[in-house]
Amino acid sequence: MRHETIEKSMNLMIVLIVLAISIGGLVEIIPLMMSSDATEPDEGIEVYSPLRLAGRDVYVREGCYNCHSQMIRPFRSETERYGPFTTAGETVYDRPFQFGSKRTGPDLARVGGRYSDDWQRLHLMDPRALVPESNMPGYPWLAETPVDGDLVTTKLQRLQLLGDPYTDEMIAGAADDVAGKTELDAIVAYLQGLGTNRSHRR
Amino acid sequence: MPAFWHWFVVGLTVLFIIWCVWLVSWSAKQGPKNVGDEDLVGHKWDGDLEEWNNPAPKWWLYLYFITIIWGIGFLIAYPGFGNFKGALGWSSAGQYEAEMAAAAATYEPIYEEFAAMDFEALSQDPEANALGRSLYASYCTTCHGSDARGATGYPNLTDSDWQWGSSEQAITSTILNGRTAVMTPWGQILGSDEAVTNMAKYVRSLSGLEDADETIQAMQQQFTMFCSACHMPDGTGNQMLGAPNLTDDVWLYGSSIETIRTTINEGRNGQMPAHGNLLGENRTKILAAYVYSLAEK
Repeated sequence: MRHETIEKSMNLMIVLIVLAISIGGLVEIIPLMMSSDATEPDEGIEVYSPLRLAGRDVYVREGCYNCHSQMIRPFRSETERYGPFTTAGETVYDRPFQFGSKRTGPDLARVGGRYSDDWQRLHLMDPRALVPESNMPGYPWLAETPVDGDLVTTKLQRLQLLGDPYTDEMIAGAADDVAGKTELDAIVAYLQGLGTNRSHRR
Repeated sequence: MPAFWHWFVVGLTVLFIIWCVWLVSWSAKQGPKNVGDEDLVGHKWDGDLEEWNNPAPKWWLYLYFITIIWGIGFLIAYPGFGNFKGALGWSSAGQYEAEMAAAAATYEPIYEEFAAMDFEALSQDPEANALGRSLYASYCTTCHGSDARGATGYPNLTDSDWQWGSSEQAITSTILNGRTAVMTPWGQILGSDEAVTNMAKYVRSLSGLEDADETIQAMQQQFTMFCSACHMPDGTGNQMLGAPNLTDDVWLYGSSIETIRTTINEGRNGQMPAHGNLLGENRTKILAAYVYSLAEK
């Protein structure tokens, strides 16, 4: 066989390219997707409550991941500042995970409980009122936007379809859980929960 | 990793290594065998410029072989070959633990030495304060500010006022366990909008911000009834409860009539989160001494 055979046949070349570039994925990604280390929740990790789930979606919608990671790497310089390093088993209910790739602001994987609810609220409304040197934008509209209970119910149903352990009672109560709440309430609940349901925080 | 996936990874890895070796060796044998043999790929430019079907240069091929050998060496030394842990026994968690243990061996004795010092002396030790400053920068600046002057609702640490006390025990307890300062709403209890305004003016008069006429003076009775339990009858506050002194010129939430009215009407919920499990006792003492050193004495 000469390379001419491959170079002059478009179809053969496509097949061989696909084969070549899928080797890494076949060996590195597929076995992990099938392995329980990466798909089973760590001890203490539970599905998001309806309000926190709504908050998570606000987090994604506002693009918080562009400036904040949720991925503490296993180095002392990281864990001293942020807390224990992130494991695969604590992000199994994140669809998609919010690892992020850039830290303009700090990592948020363990931010739950680090500040008071009032601090989070005021900081989201007007970051520079609390941290004068901050370059984070304010998100004042979150306080004026109610959370849509029907939408949250639908999201829980879909996540249940995907295998997240939401019970029918939780889905039935989802709309009540977010009734009268604003998106600001939701994202504060989400942030205050980050990293808190691990069995060991330190 | 289950046995099936272990063999899946091992099998495919071995297969692809063999395939790479074959591919590189095979391509090295392509091209003309003898000098002078015509082996052209059939492209022609500018009438006489043709492409020979030559194998890749030898140094190039050797680079391929070196990377293959390197890859095999890596699979032997480090985890990656299915469930095989690697001959070096390396893991990212293990590396992290070694790093932490080395740091603990270096820094813990320093922390312990400082923690054994007298608090007052510690607050004047330049090296301890340098450590305290870095701890402050990591854990405290977000609320209390990088200049430690606080923000609305977050105490200024550079003044002489201490909401919870300035003893070693008070400051370390604040850092270790956090604080919750709750003021309940009093608007409804005071009864009318006017009473709230008058009370706000009375509170301002305690620190001389307001000239108290008779109506405002009369609020003293209600102050004694409702406010003195926490703020004390003379308004000097109670550090056991974190109830601010109302007679000084330090205002956590602001001193305007409107702000004080909001405080009275809606109450306040000041919260400092616990930092005990982030800092540990030794570092807490170093940080507490640094915070104490910032304050006006």
